[in-house]
Amino acid sequence: MTENRPILTIKNLKKSFGTNEVLKDVSFTMNKGETKVIIGPSGTGKSTLLTCINQLVLPDSGEIFLKDIDVTKAENMNTIRQQIGFVFQDFGLFNHLTALKNVMIGPVKVKKMSKADARDLAIEELKRVGLIEHADKYPAQLSGGQKQRVGIARALAMQPEIILFDEPTSALDPELIGEVLSVMKELARNKMTMLIVTHEMGFARTVSDEIIFMEGGVIVEQGPPEKLFKNPENRRTGEFLFKLTELYGEGD
Amino acid sequence: MMLNNIIEIVAEHWPDLLEGLGLTLLMALISMSFGTFFGTILAFLKVYSNKVVRAVVTGYIEIIRGTPMLVQIFILYFALPVYGIKLSAFTAAVIGFILNSAAYQAEYTRGAIQSIEKNQMTAARSLGMTKNQAILSIILPQTIKNAIPAWTNEFIYLLKYTSLAYIVGAEELMEKAKVIASRNFLFFEVYVVVAVIYLIIVLLLTWALRKIEQKLDIPGFETVR
Repeated sequence: MTENRPILTIKNLKKSFGTNEVLKDVSFTMNKGETKVIIGPSGTGKSTLLTCINQLVLPDSGEIFLKDIDVTKAENMNTIRQQIGFVFQDFGLFNHLTALKNVMIGPVKVKKMSKADARDLAIEELKRVGLIEHADKYPAQLSGGQKQRVGIARALAMQPEIILFDEPTSALDPELIGEVLSVMKELARNKMTMLIVTHEMGFARTVSDEIIFMEGGVIVEQGPPEKLFKNPENRRTGEFLFKLTELYGEGD
Repeated sequence: MMLNNIIEIVAEHWPDLLEGLGLTLLMALISMSFGTFFGTILAFLKVYSNKVVRAVVTGYIEIIRGTPMLVQIFILYFALPVYGIKLSAFTAAVIGFILNSAAYQAEYTRGAIQSIEKNQMTAARSLGMTKNQAILSIILPQTIKNAIPAWTNEFIYLLKYTSLAYIVGAEELMEKAKVIASRNFLFFEVYVVVAVIYLIIVLLLTWALRKIEQKLDIPGFETVR
C-alpha cells in the first residue's frame, strides 16, 4: 500500500517560546497516503508542531524531512511550502478574492501556471469540495463550513505532497462540521497524505490510520485508533480519549 | 446689487477664473497622484522594512506633519534659491503638497495595512508565496480597499490646500481671485464666487470618489468606514 520512504520524517523536534518549552523532542514519520490525527490538551504544542513543519514557526532544533529534503536547512523555503498544504483553524481565505480566485492564486503566483489552466484546476478542486456553485462568492458571503472547504480546495490546488490541518473544524458551528469532515474523509479515501490536529474523535477513530496523543510537548502514545481507544498503554491516553469522546461523541 | 456684481464678475472674468481653476486642478491631480504613490510606499516601508528604514520614514513623517505646510513651501520657494536651486512657484507649491500628502497618507495607509487580518499574510506564505508576492497580491489590494475612505478625505483637503499656492504667486484660482478683487474692490463678491467654485469641485470629487468606492466594493469590505 505505502511506499518505503516516508513523506514526512520528524526527528527530535524542539521548540521553546521564551522559557516555555512547547515541543520537547518530538519524532514521528508519515508514509504516503496515510492519515494521522494528533490529539491532546490545549497548549501541548500540536499547532506549533504543524507550523514548524512548514517553517511558519522556526524550530530550535531537530530535523524535518519532506521526503529526502531537510526542511530546516532548505535554501528556498517557498519551493518547499508549495508541497505542504496548510488548512487553518480560522480559514485564512483571502478576503478580497472570490472562492475561485482564492483557489487559483497559488498556482498562478507561485507555480506560474497560466490563468486559464489555473481556472480549470480551481473549478475541479471546487467541484471536489462541493462548492462549484459558490465559485464567484467572496469569503464574507460564505458560511464557515463553506469557507473551510474553499480553504481545503486552495490547499489541494497546489497538488501538495501532504496537507496539514490545524483544528479545521474548531471555529465552526456544530451543524457545519459534518460537511468539512466529509470532504476530509473523501480525501483520506483517495489516499491524500494528511496530518490533522483535531478534537473530532469520531473522525479520528473512523478515518485515521494512526492517532498521535501529545501532552506537555511530547508524544505520549501513538498507534492505530482501535488500539488507543480500546487498550491504550498509557493511562493518560485513556483518560483523555474518554473525556473527548464524552464531550464530542463517537461520531458516525 | 450683490447678485448683479457676482454675475458681472463671472461674465467678465470667467476666462481668468477658468484658467486659475485649470491650474488648481492640475496641482491637485499631480499632488494626489504622487502623494498617494509615495504615501503608500512609505506606509509599506513603515510596516514591513527593517528598523533603520522604519526610523527614517518615521522621522520624515514627524518632521513634515510637525511643521506648517506654508513654512515648507516658503523654504522650497525662497530658501532653496540661496543654494542654487530655483523652483517656479507652481513647482515649489506642488512639491510641498506632495511631501505633505505623502506624510499624511503614509499614516492613513499604515492604519489600513495594519487593519488587515494577520492570517492573510500567513496563508499567503503557507502557499509558498514570497513576502513580496504576498504584499503585492494579497496585502496591497486589501490595503487600497481599506484606505479609500481616508484617501477621499485627503483628496478634498489637498484640493483646498492648493489655494495656499497663491502666497508664492502660482496663478491658480485663489491668485486669480486676488488679482480680480484688487482691481474692482469687490472682495466679498469675488471670494463668494471662488468659494462656490471650490465647493462645486469638492462636491463633484466626493461624488466621483464615492462612485469609485462603490465600484470597488466587494462583500466583506463595505463596512470599513
